Amino acid sequence: MSITVRIPAQLRALTGGAGEVTTATGTVRDVIASLETSYPGFAERLLDESGALRRFVNLFVADEDVRFLDGLDTKVSDGQTLSVVPAVAGG
Amino acid sequence: MSFVQGLACRECARTYPAVAAHACEHCFGPLEVAYDRQAQRRQVSRERIESGPHDMFRYADLLPVGADAPVSLGTGMTPLVRADRLAAELGLGELWIKDDTRNPTGSFKDRVVSVALTKARELGFKVAACASTGNLANSVAAHAARAGMRSVVFIPNDLEAAKVLTTAVFGGHLVAVEGNYDDVNRLCAELASERPEWAFVNVNVRPYYSEGSKTLAFEVAEQLGWRLPDHVVVPIASGSQLTKIDKGFRELVELGLVDEPAPGSVRVSGAQAEGCSPVATAFQDGTDFVKPVRPSTIAKSLAIGNPADGWYALEVVRRTGGAIGAVSDDEVIDGIRLLARTEGIFAETAGGVTIATLARLAGSGVVRNDERVVCYVTGNGLKTVEALQERIRPTATIEPTLAAVSAALGEEVLS
Repeated sequence: MSITVRIPAQLRALTGGAGEVTTATGTVRDVIASLETSYPGFAERLLDESGALRRFVNLFVADEDVRFLDGLDTKVSDGQTLSVVPAVAGG
Repeated sequence: MSFVQGLACRECARTYPAVAAHACEHCFGPLEVAYDRQAQRRQVSRERIESGPHDMFRYADLLPVGADAPVSLGTGMTPLVRADRLAAELGLGELWIKDDTRNPTGSFKDRVVSVALTKARELGFKVAACASTGNLANSVAAHAARAGMRSVVFIPNDLEAAKVLTTAVFGGHLVAVEGNYDDVNRLCAELASERPEWAFVNVNVRPYYSEGSKTLAFEVAEQLGWRLPDHVVVPIASGSQLTKIDKGFRELVELGLVDEPAPGSVRVSGAQAEGCSPVATAFQDGTDFVKPVRPSTIAKSLAIGNPADGWYALEVVRRTGGAIGAVSDDEVIDGIRLLARTEGIFAETAGGVTIATLARLAGSGVVRNDERVVCYVTGNGLKTVEALQERIRPTATIEPTLAAVSAALGEEVLS
């Protein structure tokens, strides 16, 4: 029962350069906690002091923005991918 | 010469060298270009600007690139048109249209792309890439061709035909993605981590790119005789353009380049389409949180459901005493026709959004008739003719006879 987490360039210093890591299933909050255990410092990069998702971080579960789902309570199921993506401007 | 000191995070103020990076490694906040303001104040003058080229690179001292070898198609110094007939219809006084339909690829995106690719080439990139709702696609493909760079452009697969053709013609790679703009944008944000050798204009070189929009403020002030407008109306997609127009006006004040700056500076109002109005909704609700939406509007160039700079756009509008309106697709069409009928300017759907919002804000008294108002029209109508196709027809189709002309046209035209 594992999921894949895609790591953006900005966080790869924490993962030893890896662009993808695997971890156990659970809610997005659980996944972040588990990544914090494996890669100390990970959680504070994604979450602000109150524990909320930082404004300029987007998380996608199976390509769907978690803000459209249940936020940090969104479940990540076996085989799914959680993508961590910094916000970008567009046009 | 360049006055750039490096990049700084807008959220936590950490600093970085002037490399290709857009998000703070600590908090993911957007990185912005930092300038040596003291040196700028000593050296930049109206005379120095006025003696520069007749395009946006006359403001090179205030941009993150030099004026020596720009990647340029001659963008900028577009007309600022006094719009008395439109003003009369809306009950306004001094109204101007900044006609940015008149750029090389027909939208304001030439401003940001020109800066982005100039910087990208300076940093040694050989490939220009972007996620786009169409206008940026046109501009990146054209500027890459000009610069002799390769281009890889990603668009949603439901774009207007004109925007697809006018990108593909430049010969780069054009990839249509099954999904909306937000899907394309997410894909490119992830791709940017895997392809660091590509200059994604709105991702890894975005700090430079977005600075190009300041020239929309610089030009308006110079064209008004180095005076500021009282109130501007600007479309909102990601929110970057509105934020940078405000920044441009503030820089002119800081550098002492404008006469008698108003104490509250320039009021900035924003325009969105109802089918994609996350920033307008946050404004109405009085919240700081811009809740993402799934776009559904004919104004595809503004159809960004998760606007990265939405929060900053809100901050600007609230600080300056502006407002943000959201208009229906029917109002967008009416706005396009109103501008065309009164001023002879054919805007794309985003321009229709802006004009319709101006009409709303004028009606509700937010935009006042004692203000000097500038409305930014940032894309050419030829790109989005589909929006009008079912609604506008020839007055008549007739046989080639004099009698048929008389029968088809009313007395008022014939007399």
